[in-house]
Amino acid sequence: MAISTKVLIIGSGPAGLTSAIYAARAQLGPIVIEGEPSSTSDQPGGQLMLTTEVENFPGFTDGIMGPELMGQMRAQAERFGADLRSEKISRLDLSARPFRAWVGDTEAAEATYEASVVILATGARALMLNVPGEDRLLGHGVSTCATCDGFFFRGQEIMVVGGGDSALEEATFLTRFADKVILVHRRDSLRASKIMQERAMANEKIEFLWNAQITEIHGDTKVASVSLVDTVTGAAFTRDIAGVFVAIGHQPATDIFADQLDLHGNGYLAVHDGSRTSIDGVFACGDVADHTYRQAITAAGTGCMAAIDAERWLEAQGS
Amino acid sequence: MSANIITLTDDTFDETIGSASVPVLVDFWAEWCGPCKQIAPILEEIAAEQAGRITIAKLDIDANLAQTQKYGVMSIPTMLLFKDGEVVETLVGAKPKGALLQDLSKHLS
Repeated sequence: MAISTKVLIIGSGPAGLTSAIYAARAQLGPIVIEGEPSSTSDQPGGQLMLTTEVENFPGFTDGIMGPELMGQMRAQAERFGADLRSEKISRLDLSARPFRAWVGDTEAAEATYEASVVILATGARALMLNVPGEDRLLGHGVSTCATCDGFFFRGQEIMVVGGGDSALEEATFLTRFADKVILVHRRDSLRASKIMQERAMANEKIEFLWNAQITEIHGDTKVASVSLVDTVTGAAFTRDIAGVFVAIGHQPATDIFADQLDLHGNGYLAVHDGSRTSIDGVFACGDVADHTYRQAITAAGTGCMAAIDAERWLEAQGS
Repeated sequence: MSANIITLTDDTFDETIGSASVPVLVDFWAEWCGPCKQIAPILEEIAAEQAGRITIAKLDIDANLAQTQKYGVMSIPTMLLFKDGEVVETLVGAKPKGALLQDLSKHLS
């Protein structure tokens, strides 16, 4: 028998957990599908699980560690009775009510969950370079998690690829361990916030390699060098390096519903009138529907909106 | 920490691995690693459920750099499965329990 719930929340970053806190406090008994353990941002707690200090979340004068913040949000949601489950939705059917969601076998006749309302908070996942050598050397010098792997590059020379806030945060963090951090960016200016740029520019251990793109990562058992191309002149060159940290941005995690809901041209989920998607009774919050702000606090804010929208929608339905 | 999981150090590593009668899964971890914390409860469950078939051990890399470097660990969590003192499987990164059990099962009798 499928498990029946009024509110099914998919995702457990700041958006999913805030919607869980609000929905639980509204006595809606939400079930939260929080995802499965992994070493990428696609894991319970979301992108903040791979960060260090979060300095811009209001209420924490001295900052708070990303995993600690998510642990607190999770505990808060549980305190009000949210039912959190460490599993992943493999298939979602939004074509009829109740909406149905599967865990595991997508061919199973019976869904795992049936829900009156679905709140999508699936977030965004890290993009990879997709160059030769990257897959093979992942975990052997190629990393997507500076906080996990920075330690292993004590006294060495490493690269961070990207030009946004997360790239600069990683580069700055990695200077604790590495002798030199080369920030590789395919343009000649950064899109990161001013404060992060100033901090990185002032760091003597960070060197900038502008207009450069990695085309291949080399190494036998671990990363030894990379091939690059100058994006302006087209000239190819190589550099010896011990590690490559990839921080080139994110794409919305829409796999399980991309063909059922309206998306923006850039792949992000389209919402209207608050948190409503193109299907009545399906709401969205957080980074999956936000290509503009992408902050923990905006994710939490839209999570709150989705829960309130869902609550009012259920009331209007008379359920 | 669970009674089912052994805590290794640089000094006890070789003896524990060498004298084991069943395969030993060593989890290289650290306090500051988020994904390591996510798999900790999974490893405890496996240790309890598979007692007698596999031994689960942890090595804190912060305090035990020698063995960490010896095995070329460059990313955590990394889990090495030892059988008769030899590494037979290298698992890098956190993963769900089902996937982890599947990777281990072919080495367990």
